[in-house]
Amino acid sequence: MLPLFPRTALAAVAFVAGCSGAPWNDPYPAHDAGANTLYSSFSERPKHLDPVQSYSSNEITFTAQIYEPPLQYHYLKRPYTLIPLSAERVPEPQYFDKNGQRLTGDASQRDIAHTVYEIHIKRGITYQPHPAFARDREGKLLYHGSSGDVLAGKFKLSDFPQVGTRELNARDFEYQIKRLAHPRLHSPIFGLMADYIVGLKEYAEVLKQANQELTRSGVKNPWLDLSQYPLAGVEVVDDYTYRIKIAGQYPQFAYWLAMPFFAPVPLEVDRFFGQPGMMEKNLTLDWYPVGTGPYMLTENNPNRIMVLERNPNFHGETYPGDGESGDAEAGLLKDSGQPLPFIDKIVYSLEKEGIPRWNKFLQGYYDGSGIASDTFDQAVQLSSQGEAVVTEAMQKQGIKLSTSVAVSTFYIGFNMLDPVVGGPSERARKLRQAISIAVDYEEYVSIFQNGRGIPAQGPIAPGIFGYRDGEQGINPVVYDWDGSRPRRKSIEAGKKLLAEAGYPDGIDAKTGTPLVLNFDVTARSVDAKSALDWMRKQFEKLNIQLVVRDTDYNRFQDKIRKGNAQIYEWGWHADYPDPENFLFLLHGPQSKVKTSGENASNYENPEFDRLFEQMKNMPNSPERQAIIDRMIELLRHDAPWLWGFHPTDYALYHAWYSNLKSNKISYNIVKYHRLDTGMRGQKRREWNQPVLWPVGILLALLGVFTAPAVIAYRRRERMGART
Amino acid sequence: MIAYIVRRTLYAIPILIGVNLFTFALFFWVNTPDDMARMHLGLKRVTPEAIAKWKQERGYDKPLLFNSGAPGATEKLGDTIFFEKSIRMFVFDFGAADDGRDIGREIKARMLPSLALALPVFVVGLLVHITFALLVAFFRATYIDFWGVVLCVAMMSISSMFYIIGGQYLISKLWHLVPISGFQGGVDSAKFLALPVIIGVIGSLGAATRLYRTFFLEEINKDYVRTARAKGLSEVTVLFKHVLKNAMIPILTGAVVAIPFLFMGSLITESFFGIPGLGSYTVDAIRSQDFAVVRSMVFIGSFLYIVGLLLTDLSYTLVDPRIRLG
Repeated sequence: MLPLFPRTALAAVAFVAGCSGAPWNDPYPAHDAGANTLYSSFSERPKHLDPVQSYSSNEITFTAQIYEPPLQYHYLKRPYTLIPLSAERVPEPQYFDKNGQRLTGDASQRDIAHTVYEIHIKRGITYQPHPAFARDREGKLLYHGSSGDVLAGKFKLSDFPQVGTRELNARDFEYQIKRLAHPRLHSPIFGLMADYIVGLKEYAEVLKQANQELTRSGVKNPWLDLSQYPLAGVEVVDDYTYRIKIAGQYPQFAYWLAMPFFAPVPLEVDRFFGQPGMMEKNLTLDWYPVGTGPYMLTENNPNRIMVLERNPNFHGETYPGDGESGDAEAGLLKDSGQPLPFIDKIVYSLEKEGIPRWNKFLQGYYDGSGIASDTFDQAVQLSSQGEAVVTEAMQKQGIKLSTSVAVSTFYIGFNMLDPVVGGPSERARKLRQAISIAVDYEEYVSIFQNGRGIPAQGPIAPGIFGYRDGEQGINPVVYDWDGSRPRRKSIEAGKKLLAEAGYPDGIDAKTGTPLVLNFDVTARSVDAKSALDWMRKQFEKLNIQLVVRDTDYNRFQDKIRKGNAQIYEWGWHADYPDPENFLFLLHGPQSKVKTSGENASNYENPEFDRLFEQMKNMPNSPERQAIIDRMIELLRHDAPWLWGFHPTDYALYHAWYSNLKSNKISYNIVKYHRLDTGMRGQKRREWNQPVLWPVGILLALLGVFTAPAVIAYRRRERMGART
Repeated sequence: MIAYIVRRTLYAIPILIGVNLFTFALFFWVNTPDDMARMHLGLKRVTPEAIAKWKQERGYDKPLLFNSGAPGATEKLGDTIFFEKSIRMFVFDFGAADDGRDIGREIKARMLPSLALALPVFVVGLLVHITFALLVAFFRATYIDFWGVVLCVAMMSISSMFYIIGGQYLISKLWHLVPISGFQGGVDSAKFLALPVIIGVIGSLGAATRLYRTFFLEEINKDYVRTARAKGLSEVTVLFKHVLKNAMIPILTGAVVAIPFLFMGSLITESFFGIPGLGSYTVDAIRSQDFAVVRSMVFIGSFLYIVGLLLTDLSYTLVDPRIRLG
């Protein structure tokens, strides 16, 4: 039996932590137990929640549940298919010549002067409840433009007692497109869209002037009423129809219409947040998004927690009734036709460290989890058929594994401006090809990615039009087809190419000096040292000395920008599922050094560039595939990149979490997910029973060690004065 | 004493300017305004125009320390990034972070969670460490003293990460007694703070006990202690009433100077336990190259350090009436 004090202490802990019957280690409030709430985490606080600015995945994770752009991707179908979201239907591009005459769909690219997307939006969609829409009895907006008293004592949105809503209309979409050019906002796609949306570039100048005039009046961050300034490329036809005019032809524009950049933003909301004093109180649209989607942000504390709750005004949507083959067998069509969303609330907790995040998942406090390298062996094993499956321990917990190849690529690039490895010369090309053979990405993926990835045969990721599988898809410079799979050429083939390049056995035949190449990487963790050592050994196979130049990311970017890197590593995640979004990374006019574009290798090949211009505006068709095949052929021959690998994402989910299908392009997918909260509560209690005996033992041990000290003390107290 | 306080306050001004200048030089030695813009604008589709616009909007398009193109001498120094970003801090106006959010408001919001963790660690830690050190000192030259010191050295040699990860593993993962990480306000905060507080106290036990034991042993052999014992006082009275009081000066030096830093938070502990305090705010700012936040936190840190040292000096007069500040 425990002594009185420890018993009392344990009882107190039990009372404080567990009087609700919830596990003691439950990190959530007791009143949330059993609620239809999804628990997830985020590791980095989002910088922007304004749809005109948010771009990174940790931001779109939130905004995609709140904002509704005109289009979205079908949740289940593959390849990725655009379907309407706030639009009635996916708009068909209308082509016009320079005289404004409508052209037919098969018009030649040369004749097309501009394209018009006419978008019809659904009727009856209303915004989430928000104080920006609140009106008084006379119908005037309650919290707009009046005296500063309205904002007195208000530091967060919940301090505004009244809320309101209104129906979505076409002007809200127009307003948001105008915001792309706002002088005080930094839309990452402004540069790109200014090249396409008619008049957007000039519009930015107009707004800049207007902003300067307002600023001269002395008001800090004055509100700029964009409705006062028309934008030539956007026309509101009626309350439910608007048109976007694109210069020339840009078929990929439809994909952009599925991103929050083109979601509606009402003027009232912009005006509400644009009032003097709002920004100083952190009350901005960048902080408090306002949308029509299934969820609304009800708690925004990126230091700790972000909470999304069901939007009571959501217009309604149903679970898809069809998908791709295998979806029905996987139980993904059981909810067909059911109203969305299934989950009432989503709680995202800030979790910066991997260990607590992983352990909370195992304890059932997160419903899903990724897999870090250090927990991979604990979570995943290979079956006898070589298939990745969860380990027995995970199986016992009912944890499911989901794998999918990301629409991403990690590659090593050669700077084509470099005098040794760059340029179109035979010598440099053969050197690059030799290195392509030597760097064994099968081994890299196996050692450093735990097998999570597939060696790339070109820049295009699987699942994207233009990607070819099997024998047709192999890179003949690096691989041979052995009848069932690609087999990397022997290192002898690489050495032969190296000798032909003028570096027999890694020695420059002209100078007699060993070939030394520089590899620029960003400063990385100690763990990455082994990967760099491995890379050195790959080059050593050709007797090439590789010098790793490890710098911080700023310096690295600087080198890439100025063309001072020789060999570098980088990656790309697709914005949309189109080959143009990968191939533009090697398009000559988008050279990093010359135009600050995204072509970091500064690769230039006139034929490739010509084909790119031709391919980018084509619909997916056999003709487009043929052009892409030729482009890939050119790239493989020129070898401006070591094609690297396409990562495979592994994710774990608890048994109570269902309707899960990996989607690497769209983020507005939580509305399709479902939870069995009864099972979750039961499992949490089962897995998290407090274990008290170690505490008892610790206290007993403390007693055992303290006793001699007490005895010694008493003995000493009874002793006389020291001698 | 008032003259002393005024003098020390005036000394603080050049110190704060110096610290600010040093921070500024270090920060911009590593990062350029272009780097900051790129970090803020993201990795994809960042154009030179967007970078220029970002810098202009935040005043990072000006020269760093000296504007040779400005007309007058005042403008040459005043129309610079250093002057414009620094001068307002002296009235505790920290301005906005690079993401536009008010730094002062953020600091206020994060100070309480930091304090909620640091204060119990400090108070409980001080009590436990002093008690343990007194115990070891009491049993000086016995096996308890010997093994106590061995234990302290062993504990000092172990990384704080070990205590954090080990504590989370045992207490949260295996025994399921408290949440492994997270934070809530009010009474609920107790269950989240219990583990980091225990770890904070145990993690610093070795070093603090050894230090305090040294202070106590120095006192314990003095004549007044022998006199106290000769008077027949119990050992507890001797230790707690006489030895502790006289050993307080060196203890105060370390303890009082640490008090202002309780507001600044703990970098590692806050990060591992998901406590939204100022420690994690600073780390995030360094990672995201947010100079506005970094300089504000360094400024507050140096300000609090100066305050801490002043408080330490003042506290001497309380524990030792012989000390006079002039």
